[in-house]
Amino acid sequence: MPVVTYISADGAINEVEVASGNSVMQGAVDNMIDGIVAECGGSCSCATCHCYVDDAWKDKVPAASEMEKDMLECVLEPQEGSRLSCQINMTDDLDGLVVRLPESQF
Amino acid sequence: MHFIFSGSVNSKEVLNHIMTDTCCIIIGASHAGGQLAVSLRQSGWEGRILAIGSEPYLPYNRPPLSKTFLSGEKHIEDLLIRPEDQYEKVGIEFLLGQEVSEINRKAKKVTLTHGEVIAYDKLALTTGASVRKLNLPGSDLRGVLYLRDISDVEQIQQFIGARKKAVIIGGGYIGLETAAMLKKLDLDVTIFEASDRILNRVTAPDVSAFFTRVHSEEGVTIKTGVNVTGFGGEDRVSEVQCADGTVFPADLVVIGIGVIPNTALAEAAGLEVRNGINVNEHCLTNDEDIAAAGDCTNFYQPHYEREIRLESVQNAMDQAKVAAAALCGNLNQYNALPWFWSDQFDLKLQIAGLSEYFDEVVLRGNPAEGRKFSAFYFRDGRMIAVDAVNSPQEFMLGKQIISKQLEVDRNRLSDPAVAMKELMVSL
Repeated sequence: MPVVTYISADGAINEVEVASGNSVMQGAVDNMIDGIVAECGGSCSCATCHCYVDDAWKDKVPAASEMEKDMLECVLEPQEGSRLSCQINMTDDLDGLVVRLPESQF
Repeated sequence: MHFIFSGSVNSKEVLNHIMTDTCCIIIGASHAGGQLAVSLRQSGWEGRILAIGSEPYLPYNRPPLSKTFLSGEKHIEDLLIRPEDQYEKVGIEFLLGQEVSEINRKAKKVTLTHGEVIAYDKLALTTGASVRKLNLPGSDLRGVLYLRDISDVEQIQQFIGARKKAVIIGGGYIGLETAAMLKKLDLDVTIFEASDRILNRVTAPDVSAFFTRVHSEEGVTIKTGVNVTGFGGEDRVSEVQCADGTVFPADLVVIGIGVIPNTALAEAAGLEVRNGINVNEHCLTNDEDIAAAGDCTNFYQPHYEREIRLESVQNAMDQAKVAAAALCGNLNQYNALPWFWSDQFDLKLQIAGLSEYFDEVVLRGNPAEGRKFSAFYFRDGRMIAVDAVNSPQEFMLGKQIISKQLEVDRNRLSDPAVAMKELMVSL
């Protein structure tokens, strides 16, 4: 099963297995990783699953939709690697993905 | 049915987490209940955590029920908020398919309907809400259904099929979402709304007109000012009868006329109940060992300066976190701004705040054409809510304006040529 590394704002590292087809958000929720709130449950409605995809992986994850891009412009502290983790579905190719979590989702 | 998911008390995993012999019982394995259980562990609760649910499922996401679950794209396992083993890992037990019949606050015990008595140290009520029933002649015919639980949708699915006639009673969000999905599944869909416009209680007339237009463009018929008086049919529903004497053919009726909070247990236990189980800013009831969260609660909303009850995922999750902390002795304040969403056809509606009691609406974009616009609601010159259709920036920045009570230039706000972010810079 592909592994995702979540690095919290305080530096805590969680390496967890996330099944192919599940989103990076779901992996965080399943494993009770705090930095992802995910209020809307993954329907790209709330932007409370914001994460920063590590530089090495930015070009490997599928591009964001217009809706996601619009929302990302309005999150706290947007950066180049900003993504909504509910919109990144895991595949075997993404095994080893590293995402950093923001200090706050609101 | 009697399921214990997430391990018996003997499981090693569970025991690892249970450092004391205290027990917190959560009544309602709902969205709020599941979150409350997880948050209890995260807040440092070291005792047993037992969530009791009347449905035979672990906590699941309800919003997809009227959308992708109805259409068959998603299955029960896709709806679960967390898989079973993740609860097991942190020692959360579930007793599913079981109902509590009584809370004895003095003895600090709950009694299940089949007689079992379980003692608690702390108790959380996440009992949710039940659909408001329409009790009319023929209401009990097969095919006259509601939409709240997994089992409701499974019943609806037995009546759907191409070209079948579906009548939706109630032009609220559930009714509109159900209509959109049934239309997509190729049924003939008609919505009956008793008042003079759909979304009457929750949006401005321009927004109602927008949703009416889009639904009719998509082939859904909307009839307003219709009073349904009964249902006819032999072994199953075949017609809907209206007050003006008209009779409308139907293979399936879905009623969506609101919900009633599940407060009976709390009331019988002598807890304060006013339109919901009363909780303070820490989500505690008038019994400090009992918290409540989600659709079943009534609370004072500081931003809107009135008591409200909310039916939303946001409220369920945020209150659950505050309630769990309070049960662990950490008193946080619940003051999150309410927000909601609704997906219909290619529309994503995002709502921030509560628009009730607005005295002015500022439109950004034209609701009379296209499928993208926002309506900002004001009261006494202050923005109190936004309905944003396919306009995520208006939603997200509107949410900030409302929660921070920022003043905005209404002329510039109404001009889509002025970017929302530009508007924010000047605040």
